[in-house]
Amino acid sequence: MSEPIKLTTPLTEDQTRVLRAGDQIRISGVVYTARDAAHKRLVELLDQKQPLPFDMDGAIIYYVGPTPGAPDQVFGAAGPTTSYRMDAYAPRLIALGLRGMIGKGNRSPEVVDAMKQHGAVYFAATGGAGALLAKCIVKSETVAWDDLGAEALRRLEVVNFPVVVAIDAEGTSLYGNQAME
Amino acid sequence: MRELSVATIATHLEILINQASFNLGERELCALREAQARESSASGRAILSELLQNADIARLEGRPLCQDTGVALVFLDIGQDVHIVGGDLQPAIYRAVRNAYQDNYLRKSMVEHPLARKNTGDNNPPIIHIRIVPGEQVRMRFAAKGGGCENMSRIGMLTPSAGREGVMDFIVRTVCEAGGNPCPPVVVGVGLGGNFEKSAMLAKEALMRPLGDHAEREDDAEMERELLARINAEGHGPMGLGGTTTALAVHVISHPCHIASLPVAVNIDCHSHRHAEVIL
Repeated sequence: MSEPIKLTTPLTEDQTRVLRAGDQIRISGVVYTARDAAHKRLVELLDQKQPLPFDMDGAIIYYVGPTPGAPDQVFGAAGPTTSYRMDAYAPRLIALGLRGMIGKGNRSPEVVDAMKQHGAVYFAATGGAGALLAKCIVKSETVAWDDLGAEALRRLEVVNFPVVVAIDAEGTSLYGNQAME
Repeated sequence: MRELSVATIATHLEILINQASFNLGERELCALREAQARESSASGRAILSELLQNADIARLEGRPLCQDTGVALVFLDIGQDVHIVGGDLQPAIYRAVRNAYQDNYLRKSMVEHPLARKNTGDNNPPIIHIRIVPGEQVRMRFAAKGGGCENMSRIGMLTPSAGREGVMDFIVRTVCEAGGNPCPPVVVGVGLGGNFEKSAMLAKEALMRPLGDHAEREDDAEMERELLARINAEGHGPMGLGGTTTALAVHVISHPCHIASLPVAVNIDCHSHRHAEVIL
């Protein structure tokens, strides 16, 4: 495996279009957390033509519901959740400029089509390495929907967060040999 | 008749939850190390190495192994000569779950209604399975069962003509279609026979067997070996990103069934195979 590529957020389309499936990446900067319930609310806001709680253009969303941190920790564990549950919502966010998603597992053809059209990439982090990944998160603040608990929308600051490009903006995928319904 | 207080049961459950959430078992660690030595893909080896590193960090720094600290699964085998005293058992178990998930900073992942989806805030309710067994002891087992791998589980109501090959195909297909979603390398619990709900219970029970121990029946044990080889030959690998380690073990439990039926349940657990037990 080659040296990891360092990326700092926000991401431009020029940056994401050159990434290739299999590239090892270290992300630094801001990523937003959202999983099932937060995605439902983001899309409801779009349906109601309301502003979103953060600027989607160039953003990365991390599919994660962290554990609360002990007093000396930001979080205890914060690894990725399975991404396909966000597939119904992701294309609309990609169309608004969402340029990266971090999760685990394969994506639907609709998500991959939107990624190709708008120049977004899908990063995989190692599922179940929650303790290891939490150490790359240096700060967290809740942006919206505190009532969702672990599922709240948060703004994280990460340093050298390790991911691999699982599906690139040309649609090339590391999940090549598995069925996707 | 031996007396055992609900307070004792609750205290031990809190200890089990803590133990399972922060410490990966010795068998699980060995299985990951062996897989790392055997894995053909470089990225697969890197992922397995991250998982071993993750287990060290969790233990040494007091961080949960995974942010999905699970549905709390509690199995109680209660000896028929035990008299449980000091209050009602179920509320005591609920209190233990609430305390353990709050005091250890574990994630609360339960919602009170599947459609309304409001978080209960304390990871209650747990899922409790109680059996009455001979003797005057209580065996309590705990598992933290993640949602991602549970979602990839399936029941097939096959018919007898499907036979051994049909059963094996269903199991291999279930694991392979799951791809990277359930956090491979997975542990596969198979319940073969019984009826609709019995097969699911057997599959869960199969996951609770010490990792890598084989079925008592030789024909079931042979099927476990064949299934593991077939699943790992499919090439999905760690996190579904390619490789030869898709499953760490396959555990089968079989049970008699109706002349018309051939039920098979496949319950998948992630590599973060968290369980603990105590005999009281």
